[in-house]
Parts: sequence; C-alpha cells; structure tokens
Amino acid sequence: MRLPHWKSRQRPNWPDYLEDRAKRVRHPMLKQFFHEMRLDPDRPIGETPMVGFDLETTGLDAGRHDIVSIGLVPFTLSRIPMKESRYWVVAPRRQLSNESVTFHHITHSEIDGAPDLGDVLGEVLSVMKGRLPVVHYRHVERPFLDGAIRERLGEGAVFPLIDTMSLEARRHRRRRWVWIRRLMGRPPASIRLHESRLRYNLPAYQGHHALTDALSTAELLQAQVLTHYSPETPLKTLWS
Amino acid sequence: MSIEQLESREHLSQFAPFEDLADEWLDRLATEVEIQYFPAGSTLFETGEELTELRYIRSGAVEVKRRSGHLFNRLEEGDIFGYVDMLRGRPARYSAHTLEDSLIYFFPKALIQELCDEDDDFSEFVEAGGRRLKTRVEQYHRESSLLTTRVRRLVVRRPVMVESTTPLQTAAQQMREYSTTSLLVIDPTTDMDATTFEGQDEHYWHLVGMLTDRDCCTRVVADGIDPQTPVGEVMSTRLVTVQSDESVYEAMLTMLRNNVQHLPVLYRRRPMGIVQLSDIVRYETHSSLYLVSNIYHQASVDGLARLSSEVRQSFVRLVNDGANSEMIGRALATIGRSIIRRLLELGEEELGAPPVPYAFMVLGSMARDEPTINADQDHALVVDDAFDFDTHDRYFEQLAVFVREGMAACGYARCKGGIMASNPRWRQPLSVWKSYFNDWMDDPKPEHLLHSNIFFDLTCVYGENRLVEPLQELIAERAPHRPLFLAAMARNALGRTPPLGFFRTFVVEKDGEHKNSINIKRRGTAPLVDLVRVHALACGSKAQNTFLRLDDINKTQLLAEGVNDKLRYAFEFLSMVRIRHQAMDIETDQEPDNNVMPDKVSSRERHHLKEAFEVLNNAQRFLAFRYPMPPDAERKRKGRST
Repeated sequence: MRLPHWKSRQRPNWPDYLEDRAKRVRHPMLKQFFHEMRLDPDRPIGETPMVGFDLETTGLDAGRHDIVSIGLVPFTLSRIPMKESRYWVVAPRRQLSNESVTFHHITHSEIDGAPDLGDVLGEVLSVMKGRLPVVHYRHVERPFLDGAIRERLGEGAVFPLIDTMSLEARRHRRRRWVWIRRLMGRPPASIRLHESRLRYNLPAYQGHHALTDALSTAELLQAQVLTHYSPETPLKTLWS
Repeated sequence: MSIEQLESREHLSQFAPFEDLADEWLDRLATEVEIQYFPAGSTLFETGEELTELRYIRSGAVEVKRRSGHLFNRLEEGDIFGYVDMLRGRPARYSAHTLEDSLIYFFPKALIQELCDEDDDFSEFVEAGGRRLKTRVEQYHRESSLLTTRVRRLVVRRPVMVESTTPLQTAAQQMREYSTTSLLVIDPTTDMDATTFEGQDEHYWHLVGMLTDRDCCTRVVADGIDPQTPVGEVMSTRLVTVQSDESVYEAMLTMLRNNVQHLPVLYRRRPMGIVQLSDIVRYETHSSLYLVSNIYHQASVDGLARLSSEVRQSFVRLVNDGANSEMIGRALATIGRSIIRRLLELGEEELGAPPVPYAFMVLGSMARDEPTINADQDHALVVDDAFDFDTHDRYFEQLAVFVREGMAACGYARCKGGIMASNPRWRQPLSVWKSYFNDWMDDPKPEHLLHSNIFFDLTCVYGENRLVEPLQELIAERAPHRPLFLAAMARNALGRTPPLGFFRTFVVEKDGEHKNSINIKRRGTAPLVDLVRVHALACGSKAQNTFLRLDDINKTQLLAEGVNDKLRYAFEFLSMVRIRHQAMDIETDQEPDNNVMPDKVSSRERHHLKEAFEVLNNAQRFLAFRYPMPPDAERKRKGRST
C-alpha cells in the first residue's frame, strides 16, 4: 500500500512512511526530496523550516481538474521573508473553463505562455525540500500535487504537512453544525482561511491567489501556534 | 504575479512615509519585506537592544514605553517604529509591546538606508524623529512646486473608456454623461505586449487611442462622418502618455513638446486618468494681488460684493499653491482691510467729510493678519477727543452701519457679540477707550477678560493711526505689571483644551451635527492664539500677529529652549489643517467650516495633528504654572463672586 492510512482518524506513521519512500522512489529528484523530508516527529515547531503552500486549480477533483498556479512562501515560526517566496503559473492539460477563470483570476492569456508543471517541478520541489508544507485544507494541495507528479514522473509524492484548517477544526469541532456542514461535503465556513484569520486579528486579504493564500496560511500558522501552542510543541502534535 | 498586486505593496502605498514613494521603491519594499505575527502582550524589543530593522504595523496596535516605564506612544495600523535608534546606530531607548494581536512588517536597515539616500522626503520623515512636525510644515511649501508634485495629484477621476467598436454617437453621449472632453479607446486582447493592461474586470485590454471633443469637431462634424461609425475609425492613434509618478512639470513639457492638449496618465500600463493642459494652467494662476487692486476700482457696494466669490477662488488657489498660513492670513487680511477701506471711502463720499478725525480699527483675527475665509466682522471706532456725542455721533453711527452692511454683503458675517463700530459702546473717543482698557486690566472679571481677548488684538485700517497707537502702547506698558490680569488671562486661555485622550487618541464630538469631528479652531488654533497672547502681554510685545508675538517672546527667557519653535510649527500646522479643510470645503461646494474629521485626513497628517495637539497640551500646562493666581488676589476674587 503506497499511501499511509488516508481515511483513518489516526494520524499516519510519517517517519516510517518517509523512510520507506526515500528508499523506494526511483526518480532522483523525488529521492532527494523524500530524503530531506524525513523530519523528526519530536522536533519543536519553533525550530522547523516550513513553507506556506497553495495551489489554484481548475476545480476541486484531482482526478478531473488541473493545477493552474502554485504559491510557495518559505518561513519559520519567527519570520516570513517575502524575498524567498515563489509563484508559478502553469498550463493545465485540460481546457480552462470560464467559470474557473473568474474564480482565481488567472486568464487564458496568462496560461497560454505558461510552462507545463513538469518543466517547473524541479524548482518547486527544491524550494519545498527540507521544509514542512503548511496548507489550509490539505485535501486539495496534497492529492493535486501527488497526482500531477505521478502523471509526470510515474510515481507519486505524498508527504506530511500541517493543515491550518484542521488545527482550527480541533478548536471548533465540538459544534454540531460544523459536522452537518461537513457531511454535506463542504468545509465548515467558520474555519475557512479568511474567517480563521479574522479570529487572530489578521488582516483580510483578497483570496484565491496562490501566493497570497500561501502567505495567508503561513501567517495563520504563526498565529495559531503562538496563541494555542508554543514554539516547543513537537511536530507530531501538529502535522497530519 | 505582478508585484503591483501584492497585498503588502497596496497597504504600504496608503501610509506615510511610503505613500509618496516612487513605484519602483514600493515594489522593492514589497518584495523584501519580512513578516511576523505577535499575539497581544508580546515584547517586540526591549530598551538597550540593538535594532536592525524598521518595523511597520500591518494590523494591530503597539505600545512604546520609555525606560522609566511611562507610555511614550501608542501606534496603530500603518505606523512605523524602531527606526530612529536604528538609523542613529544606538541601542533602543524605548521598549515596544503589542497591545493587540498584531502583524508586523520588518524592513532591514540596509534597505532603509539606501532608500534614505535616494529619497529626501522619506529620509526627512524617518531621520527627523522628534522634529517630524517641522519637516512636514516645510514640506507643504515644497510640495507646491511643479517639479516635485507628481502628476497623479492632478488626476481627479478615472478615465472614461470605450471599446473601439463603440459608435461615435454612443461615445459622444458618454462624454456628455461624464462631462468630460476626452475618452480613451481600448480593445480586448489575449496577447501580452507592451501596451496591454489588466482591467478591473480581470480582462486584458489594449489602449489603442483617444477621442477628444476636438476630434469630434474637426474630424466628425467637419467631414460629415456618420455618427454610427465606430470610434476606432476616427480616434487619434498617436498616443502620448505619461507615467503617474512623473512630475507635473514633466507632464507639461510632454504636452508642449508633442503639441497635445490631453495627456493620459498611466500607472505602469493601466490608465489612471487624463490631465489637460488647462488643469496645469489652472494649477498655476489666479492671483490675489490682482484681486486687491480690483477692490479699489469698485464704485459701489454691489461691485465689492460681486468680488467676494473671487476672494474664495484666490484663497483656494493660494492653498493649492502651497502658501503657508502666514501668507494666506496676510492675503486674506489685506483683502478684508482693502474692502473696509473702500467701504469707508464710499461711505465718506455719501455722508460727507467726518466732523472730527477718527480711526477705524479691526480687532481679533483680522488685526492679527490671521483671518480665515469664514471670518466674522470685529471692528470699532476711535474718535478724536474733540468728539461731541450730540453733534457728531449721528455721522459716525451712519458710517459704521454703512460699513457693517457693506461687509455683510461681501460675505463677512455680522459679529454675534455686537463687537462692531455700529454698537455705540464701541464708538468712543480715545480717552474713553483708554479708561476701558485700564479697567479691563485692573479688574479682570470674566466679561473684561472676554473683551481683552478680542480688543487686545487691534490694528488701525483707516483714518488716524495716532488714535490707535496710544492704545497699543498702553497695553504693552501696563499688562506686564498686572500679575492678576495675566493670571486671569492665563486661566481663561486654558478653558479650551486640545482634543487628545489618554492614549493619544482623538477625542471627537460624540453627537450632533458635527459628530466624529474636531473643531480645529476651538480646540486648536484659538487656544494657541490665546496662549501666545498671554505670553506676549507679559513681555510687553506690541506685535499683533501670532508669529511676530512668538518672535518677541523668543527675545525673553519666558519659554524653555526649543518651545518657541515647537509652538510656531504647531500653530503653522494646525492653521494649515484648518485652511486646507476650508479650501476643500469650497472646492466641493460646501460652506467652509472648522470641523475636521480625523478619520478623513491622511495618516501622515493625523500623526502630525496629534503631535501639534501635544505641543499645545504641554504649553497649556506650562501657562498655568507660569502665571499663578496671586494668593491674596485669589481670596479677593472669590470674596467678590460670592
């Protein structure tokens, strides 16, 4: 079984999984990526390099839709240096629908000249390697990147990450209506990126831009850890 | 992603001192910023720490404390801190803590130093530290220059844009609807090239041409072109444009060089607006000198009254030109005095020569050369001691009423307190005036103090100056030796306090018509004038103007080192805020008033406003201490009032 226990409520055993992947993957790019991704679960979050990570996609189904842009914001608990942030627009393999254009502000003309994800994958992975990805709502970023890599390199890449939405859910999951909304297949409104940020007095940003959302997520994680956890909190209590 | 879309860039561009930076610098700051979140109560730095970054509050609030633990400043969104000690290379003299959950931007020292080297305004803002107010005041005067004003200042609204397929008639209707004389013509595009820009609709557009009312005349009407022809076929395709951060001067040169009347202003590739040659010419003309000479040519009250709208125009013009409050005050006083002089000439023509010599004096702000555009009438008549009430007063009463009504027709409201020469009490021989003044200084009861505040600013505008001078001398001689009078005047001057709350927040009107505003006259300029008057009286100054009084005060040891300058800059700043506010009222067709909304002024201005109010606050505290009530007098006063 390639994937760790996806649907289980238990958190996957990431160290074993990563160790295994680092040994088994064949592509040198992925090999190095997994090699450097073997983070000690007891490592304090305050000493861990992270990367705010956001994808804009043509839809929500990794099987049918494609990535159109990638935002990466390397950071630590004590600093987000914007100089290191990166942003790519990539050409989706399937047609861009007009509805999705209005959704993430990426237009046909921008995509026309854009490279294929395969051409920038090396860069993307080299910015990410050794850094724990931080996303808001992992069920987009993880499967989409995994699928895109598998399509191009023939083998996938699933890795541990911190999901700021699930950190937020831990504090709000007692409320029944949250569950009802989730049953309806929608992420609960109250833990969406924008609303979550407001709870920490973080400013409102224009959403749906991969770089802005990656930055938003990085700021949100700083706020969550400094408010509810501490820099000494080990990775294993935060990642999923 | 283009840098201009970065959220941090957008935010920085709205706050001082970043708002005036060139576009390239905003780009650099946005790419080099480092960000960190701090929950409420976090320590940002302690005293003694070495600071290597300038800090900017993106959201939240920060408290800066002195080494002693006393509050130094409370900062909010858009404020910067930690840079003064950083730039001087010394350890922090203050500590900083977050009061609320805050998001802080950090900019490295090297970057800020490089920016200081390249941008004088920025460097003055950050390096001046405590002397920022002065910097700001001086900047007002530089801002006017065509060379330093960026052309985007002249852009008053977004351009009207149509697609090139639009029929001419529709385009002309658009011009009528927006009452504009030019349109930009654009085409949708999918290719990126040097002229493509992203519209607000998220689509890409090409700027392909411009259509002016002149094109409509010379190309459409003259050639009899069908009004249904697409705009694209008649527009001018030779586009001369200017970047938004170029100077007004550069824009003017560009127009002259290319012989065009309309110039699209672009931010990068996106059209921001269109400036016309006439905008620039308007920016440079209207003279108050011309107006004054015109006043003396008027043969009737009606003629004078017709000029009053020009007074307002020339006021606005002076303000927009960056004149300082002294120049504006003097110009308005000159205009006002000229109107009074002309009215008295006209009055004498009608009533005949005066039976005895007299002097017409103005009081209050007009006497100080500090009137604003909404000044009331304040005047009085001093008559030669040969005056005989029964035979002469009828003449002077008619003359005074003539002036009063004439001034009212010219837009100077009648004084509600009746301090006008038409009031028999204020139309008296010199000897009576002397006894008034002596009385007021010897027995400073509330009514007398009120009069002293108005009448002790006095200047002769017409007639015999020898009847006014003795009164000015009397005040200068006697006042310094009347400690009780000075103490009472000082106490009176403390009645109106600056609108600052405990945390250096503004205290605004809570309700009523002027909710959320600050009366900048009542809470700012007027208390400062009162305060300076007390010091001027104490040191026997004969000056009337607040700045000239400060000059006189500066020759004495009355005020601590540096306080004089601070008062000067605070007064200049508060006056300018008031003046600019009134100019803006006039420009937006509202009646000019003194009610400034702190929320509506720029962040930089708000910052300095607080500083100016602080100066007033401190000076008031000193005033109470400097002119104490003599103990026996206190008892006497109380004894009398009970």
